[in-house]
Amino acid sequence: MNNRNPLPIEPDLLIEMYRRMLTIRFFEEAVFDVYRKGWMPGLAHLSDGQEATPVGVCMALRPEDTITSTHRGHGHIIAKGGQVEPMMAEVMGKVSGYCRGKGGEMHIADVSLGILGANGIVGGGLGIAAGSAFTAKREGKGRVSVAFFGDGAVNQGLWYETANMAVLWKLPLIYVCENNQYTEFTHWKKLTAGEGLATRARAMGMPGVEVDGNDIVAVYQAARELVEAARCGEGPATLVCHTIRYGGHHVGDPGTAYRTKEEMEEWRKKDPIQRCERLLVENGILSPQEIEATRTEIDQRIQNAVQQARQDPFPPIEEVHEHVYA
Amino acid sequence: MSTRELTFAQAIREALDEELARDERVVLFGEDVGAWGGVFRTTEGLYEKYGPERVIDTPLSEEGYVGLAVGIAMTGMHPVPEIMFGDFITLAMDQIVNQAAKMRYMTGGQVAVPITIRATMGGGRSSGAQHSQSWHAWFAHVPGLKVAVPATPYDAKGLLKSALRDPNPVLFFEDKVMYHKIKGPVPEEEYLIPFGVADIKRQGGDVTIVALSRMVHTALAAAEKLAQEGISAEVIDPRTLTPLDEETLIQSVCKTGGAVIVDEGYTRFGVTAELAAVIAKGAFDYLDAPIERVAAFDVPIPFSPPLEFATIPDEERIIQAVHRVLEGRRPQ
Ligand SMILES: Cc1ncc(C[n+]2csc(CCOP(=O)(O)OP(=O)(O)O)c2C)c(N)n1
Ligand SMILES: [Mg+2]
Repeated sequence: MNNRNPLPIEPDLLIEMYRRMLTIRFFEEAVFDVYRKGWMPGLAHLSDGQEATPVGVCMALRPEDTITSTHRGHGHIIAKGGQVEPMMAEVMGKVSGYCRGKGGEMHIADVSLGILGANGIVGGGLGIAAGSAFTAKREGKGRVSVAFFGDGAVNQGLWYETANMAVLWKLPLIYVCENNQYTEFTHWKKLTAGEGLATRARAMGMPGVEVDGNDIVAVYQAARELVEAARCGEGPATLVCHTIRYGGHHVGDPGTAYRTKEEMEEWRKKDPIQRCERLLVENGILSPQEIEATRTEIDQRIQNAVQQARQDPFPPIEEVHEHVYA
Repeated sequence: MSTRELTFAQAIREALDEELARDERVVLFGEDVGAWGGVFRTTEGLYEKYGPERVIDTPLSEEGYVGLAVGIAMTGMHPVPEIMFGDFITLAMDQIVNQAAKMRYMTGGQVAVPITIRATMGGGRSSGAQHSQSWHAWFAHVPGLKVAVPATPYDAKGLLKSALRDPNPVLFFEDKVMYHKIKGPVPEEEYLIPFGVADIKRQGGDVTIVALSRMVHTALAAAEKLAQEGISAEVIDPRTLTPLDEETLIQSVCKTGGAVIVDEGYTRFGVTAELAAVIAKGAFDYLDAPIERVAAFDVPIPFSPPLEFATIPDEERIIQAVHRVLEGRRPQ
């Protein structure tokens, strides 16, 4: 895909987006590897293929803005500024993890970065996101709240309950639906009546926008517009990003039984990272050599994080009783 | 210290009023809690005094506004959502159990969730099976939550004020039958009651009756009748289930040698079972008879008054249980 139009965003911003997307991709690939080697317990829900959505949205945010994340949350954490070392340690259940090993792969969070938890209950974070938006409005400093969730969460009652209050009370809340086409092993169209969430959002009385979720610039621009409107007191909005996860629902599901090869090949042609690389090279922002160097650098950092996390200790048993109450 | 008589509802209202005035992070939420003043009048006048920004009428979305409150708590305020009939708390269960209760633990201590969820409990009003239940035991089962079950206006006010200063999620259960029927002395001066401290509501030496919420009054009435038979019953009110003052319960039973535990929740796997286990372990060598449990029958709360009153513990059932304990006592 050629983009000969003038670049609609700052080159430095595009480089940072690229770096974060690449970090997500390599992190997920590393977790896949770690899982297959038996170096982590539990399950692994990966988001490779979906990188442009969290990064495009989070780059439109300020540090004090908050997000809520999902079971497929590694991308959200990295996009909001999370560091791969404590993330990888958390995945392995080590004490050096963001949550001291108590959250795990599905619940990585750094609250100091405005990440208000990653939820194992599909749609469960929507209330928390709405509450953060309520506090933000009360503070009156233009902070906004973003709720990430999948196409499966749009049929949870909590979406409608919070959307109603968010519209009623003009809360600075952006609902970001990452429509990766599948809710576990079933295509979203088999589960969701009508045209999808954007239409439903408009019916609730808020903007409902759909974008190509694999186009980093499109996601960023759409998110920015909605975020800035929310900052200015215009209330909530919904952004639906169409994308795909390359892997299965979790590592162990190859993701091939319910999706065709052709379908996946079409999506691969729209790979968000390759598109970003083309944009960077064609606009003379990074040379192919610089792209290669960036890839090596990030890959190395993540490999180091894996090695470090493997050596780190598990939490001492006494910690089992800590952090139940404040 | 000057005191006056307040109803249970007035004591709750006064605690909310004082905490709204003290701490601007406190916000009330619920169905008709605002302009209407609450269906049980527990928020009367607060909307006029603190405005619609702090006393907020919500849509009928229990999961939604409790979830919203969890997020508000995580971002530095202290929300107080009200569940009009405690029966409706089922709709908010995920937000309470899977979100509020474990956010701190799952983040390795990064966040606190200072939310106080007020809910009613209690039957006896022929309100039917969906407006009469007492679900406090459920929440006492969940790590990360605290549970208060006050019995008097004095305790309700002091415990609610403590809840509103607690950095943890608190489930605060108010028996709706007590709101306007139970009156009691409440000091003019400010006071707090800490969680985890039981109160001896009546001293006695022959048997220990443990009771909570409205059942404390039923137990006290039973103790009065027992006194006429020459039986001296001690009535202990744990006041909070989590944390639980195990020591006071155990010490009382070590003294009396017998225990009857009374609760308006269900019998099976209920509060009475847990308290019986605590006493059985802590006072094993002192027990002269099996511990008796008096709780609601394990049936949906019936509508018809004779059936409903049979279901919920009353003085007679408590007295009979005390007699069984005393009869079971081995000869000295
Ligand atoms: C309330 C709830 N129901 C079911 C599940 C089991 N589950 C985990 S992920 C998932 C699919 C979610 O699909 P979607 O929201 O599209 O997110 P994706 O996995 O595609 O990122 C399901 C059904 C759950 N975790 N929570
Ligand atoms: Mg999906």
